[in-house]
Order: sequence, then structure tokens, then C-alpha cells
Amino acid sequence: MTNSWTDIRNTDLVVIMGGNAAEAHPCGFKWVTEAKANRGAKLVVVDPRFTRSAAVADYYAPIRQGTDIAFLNGVINYCIQNNKVQWDYVKAFTNAAYIVKEGFAYKDGLFTGYDETKRDYDRSTWDYVIGEDGFAVVDPTFENPRCVWNLLKEHVSIYTPEMVSRITGTPKDKFLKVCEMIAECSSPTKTMTSMYALGWTQHSKGSQNIRTMAMLQLILGNIGVRGGGMNALRGHSNIQGLTDIGLMSNLIPGYMNIPTEREKDFTTYMSTRGFKPLRPNQMSYWQNYRKFFVSFMKQMWGPAATKENDWAYAYLPKLDVPSYDVLRAFELMHQGKMNVYFCQGFNPLQAFPNKAKLAESLAKLKLLVIMDPLQTETARFWENHGVYNQADPSTIQTEVIQLPTTCFAEDEGSLVNSGRWLQWHWAAGSPPGTAKTDVWIMSQIHLRLKELYRKEGGAFPDPILNLNWSYKDPHEPSPAELAKEMNGSALTDVFDPNDPTKKVLEAGKQLAGFAALRDDGTTACGNWIYSGSFTEAGNMMARRDNSDPDDTGAYPKWTWAWPANRRILYNRASCDIDGKPWDPTRKLIEWDGSKWAGYDVPDIAPTAKPQDVGPFIMNPEGVSRLFARGMMREGPFPVHYEPFESPVANVIAPKIKGNPVARVFKDDLAQFAETASPEFPYPATSYRLTEHFHYWTKNNHVNAVLQPEFFVELSEELAKEKGIANGGWVRVWSKRGSVFAKAMVTKRIRPMTVDGKTVHVIGIPIHWGFIGAAKKGFGANVLTPYVGDANIETPEYKAFLVNIEPSTGPVA
Amino acid sequence: MNMELSRRAFLRVSGAGIAGTSLGAMGFGDVEEAQAAAIKPFRLVNTTETRNTCTYCSVACGIIIYSKGDLKKGEKADIVHIEGDSDHPTNRGTLCPKGAALLDIVKAKTRLTEPMVRRAGSDTFEPISWDEAMDKIARAMKADRDANFVAANKDGTPVNRWTTTGFLAASATTNETAWCTYKVVRSTGMLVFDNQARV
Repeated sequence: MTNSWTDIRNTDLVVIMGGNAAEAHPCGFKWVTEAKANRGAKLVVVDPRFTRSAAVADYYAPIRQGTDIAFLNGVINYCIQNNKVQWDYVKAFTNAAYIVKEGFAYKDGLFTGYDETKRDYDRSTWDYVIGEDGFAVVDPTFENPRCVWNLLKEHVSIYTPEMVSRITGTPKDKFLKVCEMIAECSSPTKTMTSMYALGWTQHSKGSQNIRTMAMLQLILGNIGVRGGGMNALRGHSNIQGLTDIGLMSNLIPGYMNIPTEREKDFTTYMSTRGFKPLRPNQMSYWQNYRKFFVSFMKQMWGPAATKENDWAYAYLPKLDVPSYDVLRAFELMHQGKMNVYFCQGFNPLQAFPNKAKLAESLAKLKLLVIMDPLQTETARFWENHGVYNQADPSTIQTEVIQLPTTCFAEDEGSLVNSGRWLQWHWAAGSPPGTAKTDVWIMSQIHLRLKELYRKEGGAFPDPILNLNWSYKDPHEPSPAELAKEMNGSALTDVFDPNDPTKKVLEAGKQLAGFAALRDDGTTACGNWIYSGSFTEAGNMMARRDNSDPDDTGAYPKWTWAWPANRRILYNRASCDIDGKPWDPTRKLIEWDGSKWAGYDVPDIAPTAKPQDVGPFIMNPEGVSRLFARGMMREGPFPVHYEPFESPVANVIAPKIKGNPVARVFKDDLAQFAETASPEFPYPATSYRLTEHFHYWTKNNHVNAVLQPEFFVELSEELAKEKGIANGGWVRVWSKRGSVFAKAMVTKRIRPMTVDGKTVHVIGIPIHWGFIGAAKKGFGANVLTPYVGDANIETPEYKAFLVNIEPSTGPVA
Repeated sequence: MNMELSRRAFLRVSGAGIAGTSLGAMGFGDVEEAQAAAIKPFRLVNTTETRNTCTYCSVACGIIIYSKGDLKKGEKADIVHIEGDSDHPTNRGTLCPKGAALLDIVKAKTRLTEPMVRRAGSDTFEPISWDEAMDKIARAMKADRDANFVAANKDGTPVNRWTTTGFLAASATTNETAWCTYKVVRSTGMLVFDNQARV
């Protein structure tokens, strides 16, 4: 989230598209209700199903899953054609005026530089014209036909209301009504918020779904303001934190990158990370990358990371592929290229696509280690559960070690909510049996591995032997010790570079924030964006002062938000070019003639003059990007691509199947249904129920009683056509597997007309398996395709093809 | 800082001291005592209150956990009740159908209590000691790492990577657990490393 849950109360229009907050985030959704009741805000829901969010909406429009970009490009086109643009914002705070290089072009669904064999682009033309002064060339008059605004205008012009309706199945009048409601928020005193979740991410072009809405929000001037923003409703309680801390193949905490093997030394690595400003006076805050990186390396390896050894650069593994994400991991496992796999509180046999492939892959491991508070299907993948999990244990050689861990109620530490608040919590109960904390288990792994390497030697033991592990009890570091490491501290006395007699930091003291970090090895910091969370003043994340001056919704003293306790990102953009709030009734910060101040921590240097320094301080431009340069794999502007399994060909580019740059493994390609396949005529979408959380709550008696049994949802029209009775058994199958389910025949899904063809959508909730208190059932992942988003590999769970027939149910 | 003296704690303290209220001073002492004797003691009296966060979604509703026994005093603590934290700015004490049933996930019959191993070809889990389990894991990691660690690529560039062992990290553990996990995993050169951000 750029904003926070409690800030939603400040909005005028809530657009829920790609999510279903009323059911999936009910206690956060109350802030939508507050905005409606107290501000007269409106709620628009765009979804293939008439969800409970739709049930309380002021306006609902149906959409075929996987066509959000066509819809949103259509809204952008509408805003441009009808002059519903917040011009002062667009001119001052976006790259609309920047001139794009000659050679960049778009035709028939593809941009310049496509290589079909590599499924990738040469992105060299996707950039600005750079002038002799080294800065990007701009045309503030927007007269140059090559400026971003004119290219965008042309790019979205094909997404007319007729075209949008033809692709998305949204009736034209409903689409136009949504456009009208959104376009009103181009006023500087009207704000819209976007609330989205997996309904946008779980597509082969999920990143571009989100980007398209972000572009629309910039055109309307809704980023950085109260009641605005791009608000990702994260799923799990600390998935934001695990991502912040970089528990991914290619990340270093604080959104830095693990080097690739092309970056053979530290100098090469840093050569592309200069982040020189692209316009005069801009902060381009990533210019401090070296400080964040060196401080991270010092926290990891302490005295073993020195200037002479490039801060132990050799200790970091170097990537040969963009990422070893879960989809690649199981593909490697399937090829017999992996031997040991750990699952920490994760049940991939239920969570990832194509269950049959996952089970085959796990059976090729030598050792599977499970750390979990609960029984999982993954831990028991080898166990025979009839139709729900067919297995012959005698043929499966994988050894499985299952370790019981504590749960939230027995553990202490911080979790990051969707609004980036780090909230500390305390342990309340004793663990069951001999269950241990994950920290204890990880410490045992480290200490025992270190001891083996110390005694026996072996492959490159240095990073293990030298890992900084200076805890009071090395067998179980305390949460406070670990939190302090992430915040960072001074390793020696640190002096002012301009005045060597002036001591600015004392050795051993906690840092007050990331501004104190150095690139000379005198500071250590595990995660620069968390710097300020555990200072000499104590644990900021433990704060529980719920005061909220002038009821802005910021709650600045409640726990701590990254970065720097800032509650709304890009908040400098809440003011005009002179530093005055766009909407004085929703002031956030303000320029008082000498500094920025207000209700929130300014997202800009406090003395940065408003006319000089742009609000998007992480970008070298200082402004936001309507044109993404080479940063998205599909191209600088979003294009409508069909899902890999689609009931119709792509109307705007009929030759392109799916996303042209998404990674597809060879064997998986053979398991995709043909476009408009008569064998699999129905587009299906997975979804979640308010009574369940993923595959956890089926272990909970109460939730199992509330929603005991696997079902699929279909329209009355399709049920009639197929002879399916409400509550009766059906069989649903895709090219990858087959499930039995009870049929829920509803009015919540209606047939749609797509490109002249009637399309019936089938909804499939995800919560069942063969373990727990609920009835045994099938996971939706038995059916779903093994392909991810082109930029970040989120599986395409929301759009795939199936067939359905009445059935007598599973034979036990 | 287990729990500040909140409005709730204040109510509990004052509720428990009902016999000492001003009503007693007004001559209604006998009636008060009789009534007090007839009332079943509030079940959360003498429990320890602890602030925590709902384990499910990222709304991160504040919760209060009530336990018999106090971990801070070194006692064994048995969780008996969980409710929404009405002082929390986001949820204001409310919980959804998942959060309202948190007690039953803490106490689920399918909670794991002891380390177990399923041996190759076996159709069942059997107990294993923590010590043996951790030694087996460390030994398997070392054997795989020593056999498959890639120190340099074909061009001779040092790459120091290990891709035959992988780690799938959690989504509901604390930041502190995450950081500890990051340190241990990365120090081995492991690259097959991911979390649940996508699902």
C-alpha cells in the first residue's frame, strides 16, 4: 500500500477491481464503509463475480477475468478524450513531457525489439532522448509528437468503449458509467483509491495490471494524497515483511539485488547502480545504494567484510538466471536437479499450480524438511488418500523430516501490515509438546553446519564460518537482538566528513535512521528501510499510542511504518508545485516557505524547495513514469494480452498467445489448452471465501463447520444447459487434472458476451485438501496452469480453461 | 511491555473490586455481598493479557490473548481466550470469521507437537529426537553442498552458488525470524530461495 487501511476513510471513490476486500479483508473493508457513511464516498466494483464487495457497491460492472488492462487502458483513453486529467499534477509530477528515443514504436501487440525465440525484447529504444547536458530532454508544451503524453494518447486510442466491451465482456453502458465515476476524480479536490489483491497479481501479466491502474491514478493526480494511492491488499500477515527482508532468490533486504554472474566484481556491480539524476536538482535517492549495501554486508559478515575484499562481495551467490522462484524450483525438482528442499510454514503442494507435477517433483527429492505449526499436505505428499492424493508410498524414496514450530501466539516479534506498519507482538502461550521457534531451528542449522565445516572443511566454507553470529545465546537469538541488527548500529565512532573533530555517531549505538548509513564500513544495517525501527530511544514497533491529531487517519505514534515512520508514500505530491495542498481540507504536509511539515513525515528532504525537487525521490527523474522505460519486460506501456488459456483469440493481436514474454517451460506448454478450445470451453477463476484462510483454517473446527465442503460456482444458465443441479455433484477438469465438487448454482455469475460469443465463467474456491478438520476435497491447483507473470512469476490462477459435467461424485 | 494499563485492564481491576465500591459505604453492603456471591466469577479474571496480531491477512488486526499463567514470570501459559483489541486503530476490536476463531487454530488437533521422520519407502511418520533430526539435516545439507556447490562458472568467474538445495520461506513468521532465516540461508550460497508473496 502507498497509503494505509485507516487512510481509506479519506477517499471519495473506492475502486475494488482485482480484489474482494469485503470478504478477503473484512476488518480493513470497514474503512470503505466509514468513507461511504461519513464522506459520501462511492464504491465501484469490477469483477467477474457479483461478490459481497459488489453487493454493497454503488455500482457494479462485470468483467471477464484476464482483461483488466483492456478495461483500464479504455478508462485512460476516456479520460484523455474527455479532458478528465489533473493537468497540473501530470505536468509537474509525471514524465509526460519527456521525449522518447527515435526507433521506439508499437505495432500489432508488440513493441520494438521483440525476439520470438528468446521470448524477450531488446529494450534499447525504450528510453528518453538524453541531451548534451546529460539530462533527459523534455517538452513542457507537449507539442513534440515523440513526448510521452502523445505516445500514450496514441497507444490507448484503440481501446474505445466498443473495443473494451468486445474484449472484456463488460456491457458498453456499464463501462462508460464506471469511466464517468472515475473521471470525476481528476479534480484536485476529489480522490480515488485503488484496492486490489490477487485478482490482479495472479495473471501472466499481473504486474502490468497494477501498473495500468497506477498510470490512471497519476493522470488523475491521486498518488501521494490522503484517500488516494495504489493499495495492494497483501495476503498473509507478514508477506510484506518477508519481501522487505528479501527472502527471495534475487533480493537483498530493502529491495537491493543479488548480483548476476555478469557482475563479476563489486565495481561492475556498482557501475549500473549510480542512479545519476536524469533531471537537474533531483534527489534520486538510490544514489545511496552503496551505503545501504556496504552496511548490509557489514551486518552479515562483520569484520570479514573489508574494503580490501570489496566488503566480501565473493560471499554472495551470483545468479545465472533471472530468479530461482518456486515455479523454477519445482521445474528443477521435476528434472531431478534438486536434492534437498525446506518448507518453512508453507504448503506448496496446495499453493502452486498443477498439483500432479508438484507431487512428482517432491518424489524426486532425497530430503524434504518441513517446519510448520500444523500438519500439511506437502509433508504427507507420499501418503495415499484415494482420489484426493493418489500415491504409493513404497515407490517414493524421499525422506521427510517434519519439525513442529511455534505459532503466532507463542512467538514474539514484528509483522508488517499492508500499510507498512511494523507492529511488534508478544508471546502469550507455551508451545505444544516440544515445538520450537523457527529462530531456534535456523540457529541449529547454522551452528551444526558451521561445526561440520570447521571440523571437516569443504566447499567454500568462509561465508558460513564468518557469518556474524554474536548473540547472547547463539542457540536462540532474541527477537530484540535480531530487530536491532536490522535497524543498524555504528561499528566505530563516526565523524562528520566536513568536520573531522565532530563526532556524529558513537560506537555501538543504534542508528536513528538510514540517513546515518555510511559506505566506509563504519555502520552496519541489516535492512536499510527498517532503520529507525529500533533506536537508542527503544523499540518503536512496540509503541501503542493511538492518538491521531486532527483525525487524519495517520496514527503517527502507533507502532512504526517504513520508511522513516512515513504513513503515506510520495506525500510531497499531495501539494502543488508551490508546496500548497491540492485539497486544503485534506492537508498532509505543506511547504511553509523554509521547510516541509505537517501530519506525516515528509517524503522529501525537509528543506528541498518545491519548485526544484520532484516528489518521486526514488526515481532519477524525480517524477513518476507514465512511460516505464525498460523496467517492465512487456514494454513501457501496458498492452492487452489474453490469458495463456483463453476462450477467444486476442482481438488486438490475434497471433499472440498469452503474454509474449512470460517464461514457459517446455513440458508445461504442452499442457495448455488451445485458444477457444471446444474441449475446454469455460474460463475458470479461483477465489477465496471469507470463512477460510488459504489451507490453514481447514485445520480449525469452527471454520471447517462454517464452510465444510469443496464446491464450484456456476451460473443458472450454464447449470441449465448442462443439467447440473444446485448442490449436486459435478466433475470439473482441465488439461492438467480433474476434480469432483458440489455445484453452487448462483445468480452471482452471469454469462457474458465476448467478441460476439457467449462465455460462461466458473468460480473455484481454493481451501480444501486431504488434511484437517474439514471434509476432504480437491485444491483448485489440480486444475491451474504452470505459468507465471513475466516480471515476477506469480502463477496465473485467475484465468484458465476447464470443462464441467454432472457427476455422481468421487468413488472412495 | 506485555500490556499497558489500558481501559480494559482498568475495567477488570475495578470489576474485581466491586465489594469495595462506594455502594458499600452507603449501607447496601449486605445486598452487595449477597449479589456478589451469586455471580459466577468472570472467566477472564486472573488471566494474563498479551497484545498480539491476527496471524491471517495483512489487515493485521490487533488482538488480546488471555492466558492462564504468565510467560514473563517464567510460568507455563495456557491460552484460554482471544478477542479483538478495541484500542487498535485499524480493527477497533472487530474480527472476521477467521480471526474470531483464532483460539481453535492455536489449539487445533492437527498442531504438530514432536519431530517426526518419514523414511524412504515408508507409509508412516515415526518419532525422531530434535538432536538427531537437526544432525541429519545439517549432514544432508553439507553432503549436497560439497557435492554440488558451483565455485566458478564456465568463464572462470567466481559465482559461489548452490542450486540443488532450496528453501521456501514462510509468510506469517516475524521479521526477526525472517532476518535470522535470511542470514542462515544466504550464507550457504543458496539461490533457490523464495517466499509466499505470490500466492
